Amino acid sequence: MTALSPEKTAAPPAPAPRPAPSPLGAVWEEFAEKRSAVVALGVCVLFLLLAVVGPWIAPQDPYDLRAISFFDSRLPPLTVTPEGTLYLLGTDGQGRDMLSAMIYGLRTSLFVGVFSGALAIAVGVSLGLVAAYAGGVVDAAIMRLVDFMLGFPTILVALMVLAILGQGVEKVVFALVLVQWAYFARAVRATALSERAKEYVEAARSLGLSHTRIVFGHLAPNCLPPIIVIATMQVASAISAEATLSFLGLGLPITEPSLGLLISNGFNVMLAGLYWISVFPGLLLLALIFAINVVGDRLRDVLNPRAVA
Amino acid sequence: MVLFIVRRALQAGLVLLAVSLVVFTGLYAVGDPADILLPDDATAAEREAAIVALGLDRPIWTQYGIFLANALQGDLGTSFVFNIPSITLIFQRMPATLELALCAMLIALVIGVPLGLYAGLKPGSRADSAIVTGSILGFSLPNFWQGLMLILVFSIFLGWLPSSGRGETGTILGIETSLATWDGIRHLILPATNLALFKVALMIRLTRAQVRETMPLDFVKFARAKGMGESRIVGLHVGKTIAAPIVTVLGMELGSVIAFAVITESIFAWPGMGKLIIDSINNLDRPVVAAYLLVVTFLFIVINLVVDVLYSLLDPRVRLGRRA
Repeated sequence: MTALSPEKTAAPPAPAPRPAPSPLGAVWEEFAEKRSAVVALGVCVLFLLLAVVGPWIAPQDPYDLRAISFFDSRLPPLTVTPEGTLYLLGTDGQGRDMLSAMIYGLRTSLFVGVFSGALAIAVGVSLGLVAAYAGGVVDAAIMRLVDFMLGFPTILVALMVLAILGQGVEKVVFALVLVQWAYFARAVRATALSERAKEYVEAARSLGLSHTRIVFGHLAPNCLPPIIVIATMQVASAISAEATLSFLGLGLPITEPSLGLLISNGFNVMLAGLYWISVFPGLLLLALIFAINVVGDRLRDVLNPRAVA
Repeated sequence: MVLFIVRRALQAGLVLLAVSLVVFTGLYAVGDPADILLPDDATAAEREAAIVALGLDRPIWTQYGIFLANALQGDLGTSFVFNIPSITLIFQRMPATLELALCAMLIALVIGVPLGLYAGLKPGSRADSAIVTGSILGFSLPNFWQGLMLILVFSIFLGWLPSSGRGETGTILGIETSLATWDGIRHLILPATNLALFKVALMIRLTRAQVRETMPLDFVKFARAKGMGESRIVGLHVGKTIAAPIVTVLGMELGSVIAFAVITESIFAWPGMGKLIIDSINNLDRPVVAAYLLVVTFLFIVINLVVDVLYSLLDPRVRLGRRA
């Protein structure tokens, strides 16, 4: 696998950092000490931008039937048609421009990853905070559930959910949230337990603030570092899981092609030597996940949530 | 200790019951198996007969009751597609999956631990950062895509190894295995590598972290002060210390490898139970899907229980039944 080094091929130089005069600035300065992390962050931002503005810059709308020509199907990369259309990364079996399909796929993949991550944070952080703050039976019940969920690997839970519910964006998101909330709950609870003993919580309590306000207004912001780190890692794993499920034919329907589905389509013709339909979306997926993981790894070193837990 | 095991076993039973309820009601809502099984030109009478024969005409709770009662006797229904008991079907396919999983674990151990050891002994060196970056890459590579690349490179471009199936199997000690024949081993290499890569990355990280934690400890300093050679210190003292967590994690990961085999088996057309479940989901073969989910849940619960008990035996600091 040494032949694949997407961080070298896919990574453009990141924009120069401008440190801000704040705690955030300090974090950034430490983060930026490692060049590879900055590059990875740049790649992440670039992909995010690409996903947002994708429809305006993609050479073709790959899902507009008028835009694609069946006669252009299965063209290898760098083909120029007699009409003068350049297919930089070739075309797939239906004559879609691979580059455009990948930009659209990136949108779907990122959307699913980020959206399910955000929902999982909302659920997991709330439950984790409640467990830590309430203690007792509530804590025990929530943590039992967390232990139970963490006992099963992502793929098995997702498989179970999708075998029952069938395909669909919202079903995949549901499955991913179900799998991921427990990681947040566990980490947040551990942090919140140590935070709860601190004086500011006692002060808030003696001021007579409501429980809701103490938990979400005072405890939650102080539990941010581990949440940020886990969120980064979980978005990467959500994107990977979604791609895997779509590849297996259990994830997204054919009408909403993510990178995983593009790779799956390519797999069917790969044995015939049409490698590009599978390889390029795969490289993009890999670059995306790798970049997010590198950023997450660095964030963990910088924010060091273990020291808190 | 006995109390602990009994309590965990009861919990396990409850979990299984809950999973069975979810699986059964959930799967009941998906499609109408009669539509899928019968040819399009089946008459209404044939259809009725099939529905009665399959028990699909009864109320859902009756079906669940029957399902549960049968399940307790080891009967999880008959596959709609293969027309043999689904539990038999799963046990037929299980050896292939276990073979794949165990080979993958072995690869992870043989490659991951030495690399992690090396990286951990030389923290901050160029080799260390290369190995660590490699392990992040290993985590990042989506399993299925990595499998495709293995096929692309080793089967299509180089033509060295076959890309699908289990090859010729033979028997070793009465167990049918691909390891018995050269053809079988050739078929096993790519899928096992595919399944192992993630765990290799995990082993690297675990071993590295353990070594880095252990090296500054007093007993290592003492051994050094005695004038013991570095290789002996690492091989004997450090090795012993890090073995327990590595073994524990390996045990815990066995279940996860079996679950992830679903992907590997689908890519390499490996005839294990992972491929069976995907095929069965697509065919709406309800009894097989239900049986698979229950068998794997059961497997998981057993593995988690065994690991918990072993861990508390290995590490007396872990108090049974008392958790932070």
